[in-house]
Amino acid sequence: MQALADLAQHAVERLRALGADHCEVGVASGRELEVSVRNEAPELVKEALSSGMSVRVICGERVATSSTTDLDPDAIEGFFCRVLEMARLSEPDPLALPPDPKELARRIRSLDLFDPRTDRIDAATALRRAQRAERAARRHDRRITASEGASFGRSSAISALATSGGFLGTAAGTYQSLAVQAIADDEGGKKRSGVYWTGARFVEELEPPAAVGREAARRALRFLGARKIETARLPVVFDREAARSLVGLVASCVLGDAVYRGRSFLAGKLGEQVAPSFVTIVDDPHLPRAPGSRAYDGEGRATRKNVVIRNGVLETFLLDTYSARKLDQPPTASAAGGGSIPHATTSNFFLRNGRKKPASLLRGIDRGLYVVRMMGFGFDPVTGNFSRGAEGFLIEGGACTVPVGEITISRNLGEILADIEAVANDLDHRTAIASPSVRVAEMTVAGT
Amino acid sequence: MEDGRIRVAGGGVDLGVGVRVVAGEAVGYAYAESLEEDEIAEAADTAARIARGGGGGPAVTVKRRRAPVRYGAEISAVDADGAARVALLRQADRAARRASRRIVRVDASLVAVHKEILVASSDGAFVADRQPMVRIGVSAVARRGRRTEAGSSGGGGRRGLEYFDEVPASFHGEEAARVALVNLDARPAPAGQMPVVLAAGDAGILLHEAVGHGLEADFNRKRTSNYTDRIGKKVASPRVTVIDDPTVPGARGSINVDDEGEVPRVHRLIVGGKLRNYMHDRISARYFGRKRAGSGRRESFRHPPMPRMTNTYMEAGEDGTEEDIIRTVSRGIFARRFSGGQVNISNGDFVFSLVEGYLIENGRITAPLKGVNLIGNGPAAMEMVSMVGSDFRFSDGMWTCGKDGQSVPVGVGMPTIKVDALTVGGTEV
Repeated sequence: MQALADLAQHAVERLRALGADHCEVGVASGRELEVSVRNEAPELVKEALSSGMSVRVICGERVATSSTTDLDPDAIEGFFCRVLEMARLSEPDPLALPPDPKELARRIRSLDLFDPRTDRIDAATALRRAQRAERAARRHDRRITASEGASFGRSSAISALATSGGFLGTAAGTYQSLAVQAIADDEGGKKRSGVYWTGARFVEELEPPAAVGREAARRALRFLGARKIETARLPVVFDREAARSLVGLVASCVLGDAVYRGRSFLAGKLGEQVAPSFVTIVDDPHLPRAPGSRAYDGEGRATRKNVVIRNGVLETFLLDTYSARKLDQPPTASAAGGGSIPHATTSNFFLRNGRKKPASLLRGIDRGLYVVRMMGFGFDPVTGNFSRGAEGFLIEGGACTVPVGEITISRNLGEILADIEAVANDLDHRTAIASPSVRVAEMTVAGT
Repeated sequence: MEDGRIRVAGGGVDLGVGVRVVAGEAVGYAYAESLEEDEIAEAADTAARIARGGGGGPAVTVKRRRAPVRYGAEISAVDADGAARVALLRQADRAARRASRRIVRVDASLVAVHKEILVASSDGAFVADRQPMVRIGVSAVARRGRRTEAGSSGGGGRRGLEYFDEVPASFHGEEAARVALVNLDARPAPAGQMPVVLAAGDAGILLHEAVGHGLEADFNRKRTSNYTDRIGKKVASPRVTVIDDPTVPGARGSINVDDEGEVPRVHRLIVGGKLRNYMHDRISARYFGRKRAGSGRRESFRHPPMPRMTNTYMEAGEDGTEEDIIRTVSRGIFARRFSGGQVNISNGDFVFSLVEGYLIENGRITAPLKGVNLIGNGPAAMEMVSMVGSDFRFSDGMWTCGKDGQSVPVGVGMPTIKVDALTVGGTEV
């Protein structure tokens, strides 16, 4: 870790000596292992070490960014010269200024993101876990006829950020995950696949392999016989994994660069009620052990929790220094990884838990749709128009009945937000963007 | 270029070595981000650990293979003068703004990549390739009153800046503006099943999703694709012939040599509606008893190769022009431009997103429609291709295909076709 900090610090000094007025240098190094098995035989074992440096320089008001994986001292010198040359090609941009040094983090908060056990998992152990999971999937039911396999991956990364404003910080994190995809044969040559995965920064927080396998099998089987339904406007309940996608789309529309580029339907709506009062969406970088947590942002500011939508009112966008200046708003310490093209990013971005049990979201729905999986990229951030393929279950009389597929669900995301009827209490932080299950009053379901 | 100003000139260098060891259907893989001999040796040791019991083998003699030349790039765009590149972006920006005073914002980017690969394998192959890629993307935002809409256009290929002699940067600026302006009048699309006419070119994405991924041999080897065991069977209407062609000169998806060191040829996947071939990498080729592979691609040295598409297209048919085909539809959709798609290869359901589409009423294009998703099922949709136009076109799009965490550039192409029924994900019931 110290070596990385020294490298970053030295790079800052060198860039200044070569003429940069301001610079940020991010250095990272990582190790990863990925294994997969199929029919319980090893299919892939992949290991790697990686390292790299990324740099942002400002000369006068001209900015350039670049990155390299070649950290050989001679190569780095050439890299510094090239990036300064690139800055000369940019046009001056008076808004491209570094953060006020007074706003830089002084103390690095500890967030418990690194598990020393992660790197010690060797290929044999990883293969065993994957095999156990796949075996459990295949044994769960004899209708599980194949598997796309089970995979286990673990990675660790350490990084340092140094800026000419005086910031120097280091961070370390680990993550591991186990995933299984089970296949069941259905009629007409179709197959139904079910995927389930567990992931965490700490090995001990992973779900047991056999449980993962069984759940993947269950998910494949539940789609047997899936068919289209008739086109209609219906209430829709999103299970938390599908709801996560919607929250992710909201995230893409509150990032500063999207807003100032006019590529967000939420632009100009600060202070407006965009959702019911029981909806609160938060960006919180300080959740211990969570996948998106970080103590400082890419410009060296101390991170903090930002309430993006509070009780339904759009309260703030997520801004780095540049987008903050463009929008004439205070920055929210949301800059992306040091040394990259400046932009804002989320940390742990989620819809806060409601109070209802997930099953209660179906109550009172005579006919509706329960969505568990979506497909496609049908979202236009400029208008908020949303239209994606979906799979799930018909809801009849308050319960899930037949499996449904090959349909689409559509509605403007702004209208979806305003029409959220209920939020469940099943939020899980396996992913940086997260959500509980959610019920929306109405969407257009297109089928036959 | 953001809103008329060159904001940031980015760039980077990336190099390394990846080693793959294959034992049966198992793969050991390791990579090093360096060209140092000791790091490469270490990667080789790591990768070899998956091979059961094997000790060292005798040294392998490699023989240099010559690869054909299918790219353009007389002037490598990467080495081109920065000022020349800036001038192209200015041209695109100006053209977009000149289209209408309603254009309130234009962003444009030009990316040039120069990649050199060297593949050496224990069967004696040793082949190098220099791979240029240029791509320009322009997006425009139009506003009228309180309504804001966007449009974009892009293109490029395995060429250098000579691409712009054929397709001026201003064309992309005009196109991005045109689509944004059309969308100002777009109305909500209908929902439900109806006939869809897909415009030539970009609509090739239908093939990529509906058929392409399902025909990658690794899925069929593992028996997880809905095209498993269907070689020789009818999987599409007899009008349909689908090709995957790595040899198209200068196209985005073309390769002189694949990432396993093979010189690939044209793959005829579906001929007259019958499934003839999958796309193979070495592992699948051996499994299926085929002599040649040629479809093994990887994103970079950091990843093992697997079967991937290159340029996937449908051959032209005999059913006339776009107008001829539209005239046969009493109520349906004309889909002209797309933004992307996805497929579930196990059940064959695929989606793709429309960014420029129109209602067809009584054989004529009427209103522009708000962007929607189209969804269908691969074999079912391909059986319902009832007209295939004579107007084949390659897409000039900037398509990137993602599979298993690896992105590769691909091309698509199509004549105008009519699909009798696809589900249109509109909001009007």
